[in-house]
Amino acid sequence: MKQLLAALWKEGLLQWNLRSRFFAVAVFGTTSLLLFSFAIGPSAQALRQYSAGFLWLALLLSSTLTLSESFQAETEHRALEGLLLLQASPRALFYGKAIANWLQLALLGMMLVPIMVVLYDAGTADLFRLAGIILLGSAGLSAPGTLYAAMVAQARAQQTLLPLLLFPLVVPVLLASVKATSLLILGDPMGQTGSWIGLLLCFNAIYWSLCGLLFGRVVEDS
Amino acid sequence: MIEAHGISRRYGRRWALIDVSLSIPRGSTTLIAGSNGSGKSTLLRVLATAIRPTLGSATIKGHDLVSARQDVRESVNLLGHAAYSYDPLSALQNLQIAARFLEIESNETALRPLLARVGLEERRHDPVASFSAGMRKRLSIARVLLRTLPVTLLDEPYANLDAAGFTLIDDLISELHGRGSTVLVASHMIDRIAPICDGGVLLESGRIGWTGSVSAMAERIRSIPDATPPRTEQ
Repeated sequence: MKQLLAALWKEGLLQWNLRSRFFAVAVFGTTSLLLFSFAIGPSAQALRQYSAGFLWLALLLSSTLTLSESFQAETEHRALEGLLLLQASPRALFYGKAIANWLQLALLGMMLVPIMVVLYDAGTADLFRLAGIILLGSAGLSAPGTLYAAMVAQARAQQTLLPLLLFPLVVPVLLASVKATSLLILGDPMGQTGSWIGLLLCFNAIYWSLCGLLFGRVVEDS
Repeated sequence: MIEAHGISRRYGRRWALIDVSLSIPRGSTTLIAGSNGSGKSTLLRVLATAIRPTLGSATIKGHDLVSARQDVRESVNLLGHAAYSYDPLSALQNLQIAARFLEIESNETALRPLLARVGLEERRHDPVASFSAGMRKRLSIARVLLRTLPVTLLDEPYANLDAAGFTLIDDLISELHGRGSTVLVASHMIDRIAPICDGGVLLESGRIGWTGSVSAMAERIRSIPDATPPRTEQ
């Protein structure tokens, strides 16, 4: 537990000192939403219908920037290796990083919601539930995303490799998040939201456990 | 204390270490010498468990480097080429992170004496990104000083340091020697370090070329026409 707290403290310091990067990613997400709205055209109905998909696509694209940059400071002067040599627990390091990435992505998702409402006229009164879906969806992106970001951190083409590895894996997260958000915005007469949330919960349970176990193998020299 | 049997390490298609066998007694200070690219850093990184040997095995205090990696890390301190620091954070914050992971006192009061010892007390709140190479090295030394362990591996400890930094390293090695720590120093500063070393190992293209006393090793290096001459202190 002390190791996890140390890892979270380290992430807190890094995120605070690199907060300008978060705002740059937020601008990227906003721009993506704006461009998607141009692609659809002026049809208010179509905009509203696809709003959830665009929200999650913007978040997915932004997540690759957040995730790949989250390991830049770790590899620059081999800081991560230094912590491992100090007997830092790889699992604690993973969960510290994954939680930091999760919170960043969730915050970004929530910041994009008002922009989605303005651009697509796609609001919902059930903000509490929407926040829950964003938290679950961004958790589904951050756990495998953190593991893959660690894998490609030393690679030359990391900005290309990360989406290539991550996107196919997070298809269930994207699908479930879009469906759950869409049902929340457009209405859910058949009561399907719960099953999509269940899928997100299962995905998160599997990947948060599995990635924590695998992280040590990824970051240690083999 | 340190026993290595046939350690080899490959990077891609190039062998950086080939069949290196060593026996370093407890409490000794040993110089690892050799020209650039001879495998000194790789050997120390293997012994510190930063990288695994491709072939061969080694033990430190009886713990195998591969199968008991965490036990080895309990005994070994590495001052490497890399600063092991976070550029956006201050010197103090970097030390605090290390202290927290080591589960030792991490407040400013506890860490200030360490920073003062390495000459970074005045700059402790500055981001490491603004530091020179020598200052980063000093921060790495402070990190090594956070804990006293039975084995300390120093990879080019004098690199990037000024005259005061040289004295800092001399004092550190003497202090570790006095405490009975086993010290391995990879350095080109043979003349400077010879008086405090008990023995030397000369690496040539990844292989052990010679072992014995440091003074005899210096003579041998000078006698090799193609070898990079050992750098002496200014």
